[in-house]
Amino acid sequence: MTTDILRVENLTMFYGTRGGDVRAVDDVSFTLKEGDSLGLVGESGCGKTSIALTLLRLLPENSKINEGHVWMKDTDLLALSEEEMRHFRWKRVSMIFQAAMNSLNPVYSVGDQIIEALDEHIGLMSKDQSRERVAELFDLVGLDPALMDRYPHEFSGGMRQRAVIAMALSCNPDLIIADEPTTALDVIVQDRVLRQLEEVQEKLGMSMIYISHDIAVIAEVSNRIAVMYAGQMSEMASSYAIFEQPLHPYTYALMSSFPSIKGKKHDLEPLPGEPPNLITPPSGCRFHPRCPRATSICAEEKPPFKDYGDNHFAACWHPLEH
Amino acid sequence: MATLMETKPLVKVENLRKLFPVQTSIFSRAKAHIHAVDGLNFEIEPGSSLGLVGESGCGKTTTGKLLVRLLEPTEGAIHLRNQEGELQDIAHRAGTSLQIFRRRVQMIFQDPYESLNPRRTIFDTVAEPLSVQNLGTLPERQDKVAELLHLVGLTPPDQFMYRFPHELSGGQRQRVAIARALIIDPVFVVADEPTSMLDVSIRIGVMQLMSELADRFGVSYLYITHDLAVARYMTQEIGVMYLGKIVEMAPTEELLAHPQHPYTKALLAATPVPDPRLGRDPIEIKGGVSKPINPPNRCRFYDRCPIADDYCRDNPHPPMEDKGSGHFTACYKV
Amino acid sequence: MSYQQTDKPTEQGSFASSAVATVAEDRIHQPLWRVRLSLMWKSLKGSWVIFAESPIGLIGLGIIIFFALFALAHPILMKTVWPRAIYDPVIGFDATLPSHPAAPSIRHILGTDAIGRDVLSQLMSSTSSEFALGLLAAIVTVTLGTTIGAVSAYFGKAVDVIFMRLADLVIMTPTISLLIVLGALIELNLIQLGIVLGILSGFGGVTVIIKSQALTIMVKPYIEAARIAGGNDFHIIFTHIVPNLLPLSFLYMMFTVTGAIFSEGVLSVFGLLNIRMSWGLIIYTTQSSGYLLDFKRWWLIFPAGLAITLLCSAFYLVGRALDEVVNPRLRRR
Repeated sequence: MTTDILRVENLTMFYGTRGGDVRAVDDVSFTLKEGDSLGLVGESGCGKTSIALTLLRLLPENSKINEGHVWMKDTDLLALSEEEMRHFRWKRVSMIFQAAMNSLNPVYSVGDQIIEALDEHIGLMSKDQSRERVAELFDLVGLDPALMDRYPHEFSGGMRQRAVIAMALSCNPDLIIADEPTTALDVIVQDRVLRQLEEVQEKLGMSMIYISHDIAVIAEVSNRIAVMYAGQMSEMASSYAIFEQPLHPYTYALMSSFPSIKGKKHDLEPLPGEPPNLITPPSGCRFHPRCPRATSICAEEKPPFKDYGDNHFAACWHPLEH
Repeated sequence: MATLMETKPLVKVENLRKLFPVQTSIFSRAKAHIHAVDGLNFEIEPGSSLGLVGESGCGKTTTGKLLVRLLEPTEGAIHLRNQEGELQDIAHRAGTSLQIFRRRVQMIFQDPYESLNPRRTIFDTVAEPLSVQNLGTLPERQDKVAELLHLVGLTPPDQFMYRFPHELSGGQRQRVAIARALIIDPVFVVADEPTSMLDVSIRIGVMQLMSELADRFGVSYLYITHDLAVARYMTQEIGVMYLGKIVEMAPTEELLAHPQHPYTKALLAATPVPDPRLGRDPIEIKGGVSKPINPPNRCRFYDRCPIADDYCRDNPHPPMEDKGSGHFTACYKV
Repeated sequence: MSYQQTDKPTEQGSFASSAVATVAEDRIHQPLWRVRLSLMWKSLKGSWVIFAESPIGLIGLGIIIFFALFALAHPILMKTVWPRAIYDPVIGFDATLPSHPAAPSIRHILGTDAIGRDVLSQLMSSTSSEFALGLLAAIVTVTLGTTIGAVSAYFGKAVDVIFMRLADLVIMTPTISLLIVLGALIELNLIQLGIVLGILSGFGGVTVIIKSQALTIMVKPYIEAARIAGGNDFHIIFTHIVPNLLPLSFLYMMFTVTGAIFSEGVLSVFGLLNIRMSWGLIIYTTQSSGYLLDFKRWWLIFPAGLAITLLCSAFYLVGRALDEVVNPRLRRR
């Protein structure tokens, strides 16, 4: 029986700014089973990266975690002290940041940077042991271990991204969060990196959370998809269910707004309007100003995130189909 | 490439090349050159759009810049059909005649955040082609700007005219960029990845807008993109570029349904499909893209090609061959 | 043919609340000067809000305002309470006191100097010339520095090399020493000094900084767009590059004022300037009348020195606070 590796309950996080509180993550709840790869999809500003940073407790100073629990096997990550969280980070949960391939330190060799991560979080490894581990990791992500002592600028974009993935894997975490891991990459390289990630995930039995605005990529790599809108989760189901039978109008709109090279060339329907301001978000269901199915209740009350059977959740007063 | 004898292309590019010297020092002559664009040939029909697709470093952006004369070609001709119906080579124009050319060809950039001057109002930005070319009086320009803003969906125009770019969202800014490109009534617009930096739900709106305006005003696009899915919706014909050369060119649906060149096949196989119910073919391609510095005289794709053989290695880069129904491929093995 | 859905402008300041509300609702055909004025006002208000959050900026501004009032007070006092014969800063003389320099008293709040002139009057009357000097130097610097920086960055190659090597030369040369030598050769008056300081600053460090900023602007797509629209070099430099440089230039103006006031002070202490009264000159008088190290007669040096220090620091502090306005990355959330 597969266990839950992550349980997020009523997570709420705001950023304090000069203009007011930005309600970046507002009452989000979801569960991740071991071995799953969950795709978190939504437009920029919907809160997906904020959730990731909250899980790793890497938020900036002006953030406030107002409510909620993040359970990883009986430990509430939000209740840990900074010191305790440091032990958790990288060893149990690690992250591949957006455009991480550009944040490798140019004056250290790639191998040294991974060794630094190992020292920091595992420590007590001899030089040889560390190097062996780095070689192992390189192999795992499809890089030639001989390149361990090269510098980042000698690596191509795709190779750097794989090095960053290796770094995230270095301490054998249970969960990896990948934030737009292939956005800056060319399509052929992207394909390679994605396949590599899938391979690694299978081999190590890791769970993954994939964050992207690109539905096409998410559709490829995740077996479960969660759609976020304006800081709230609007729908969550298995990938097939999301495409086969979307319940939330926003999900449906997203599907229809993606051009595809396969299948019939269907008319693309743009979604009117713009994502809302998160300091003063719309009342009730945040999607109601743009929703073709909205009625008065949608503007008054926030719809609950209900289970429609088969682990298919949606927050909508007028879901499609059902 | 037009095959009918009746058609008169709007834009005709012949043997276009752009070489960049690899600088070693100020004193020594450059010994190596980057062959960014290396012998391009294509035509664009009036009212039709051509997509230029390829990965980074293939030369598509450079091609776009050459066509708007932001760069001057090292070799080759760029013909634009003038109002009298004659093809004129604008490759090495300068001065006033270049100014006149600029009234007929414009560009839309990729980055909506950086392609508008943050210190100038929307009016200033959209009216710039008119004011720089001394067209119209101030009230006339104000009218024209209002008209264009209305056309691109930024209504009511007076709410947008005197604002600054930072007050607008990415999608709105890109609409401003479109308005700026169209205000001078060009016949040809180069669009360099205009939607790749926009949010996905905004992208389609902008793409649709561009298509509608193209139909309405009879504007042709050179649509540069790395995303074949986007090219599918915006163009009638697609040219696939690799290391400075076009390796395949065909009408859009034909290219997507029956790709011939191994690189095209690899690209199509690598493009993720937004539907987990549809699978993808595995890709067959090796290695990574490199810079075309002093490339050897053989097929550019040789190093990565899964079906290349000695013939491909020993012969110069294959010419584009007519494979029928407007489909051209540069490959010995097809 | 249908148009796209309308996009609402974001909530950052409604256009209707602009300072110039047109009655006839033809907002499209407004004269541009009016538009630009109201936009400038709006942006000034926005900048003020950010500026006002910085305590050092407010302190600096407070000091500047104080000195401005200080300067304005002098002609008023001279017209009303202070008889010219006694209180004139250059030729006044108080015959009622037995010896000069006299200690501070009710009649002379900061005492008198060695030749019987009221020190406070001297201080106040010089303030306006200090401001004028600073402003002149700053304007010359900014005009020169911005133009040279932009031109250097735009044309590159030979032009760039010439100006940058010139800037290196200017940076290498110690300003004060140069000014002292210059002052010994020609007795500069305040206007000449302002221009000289402006030129030295303008060709020096400021240019280099502005040029590198100009370089970052030049690679922006909107410059390419301007070129494609048909803009020539002049248009691109002065309509696009320079306006984006102005915030930085304005910032450096503040630091130039600091330098100018200080340089004038130093030169005056050495008596190298052809001016009638300034803060530095007060100290020079003290020195030439032999009271320089006389700490019992503190009022001869201390107020003047303090004034120089305060005003210089004030402009510097304002400059630092302006940095946050100009450079959004430095702002606190």
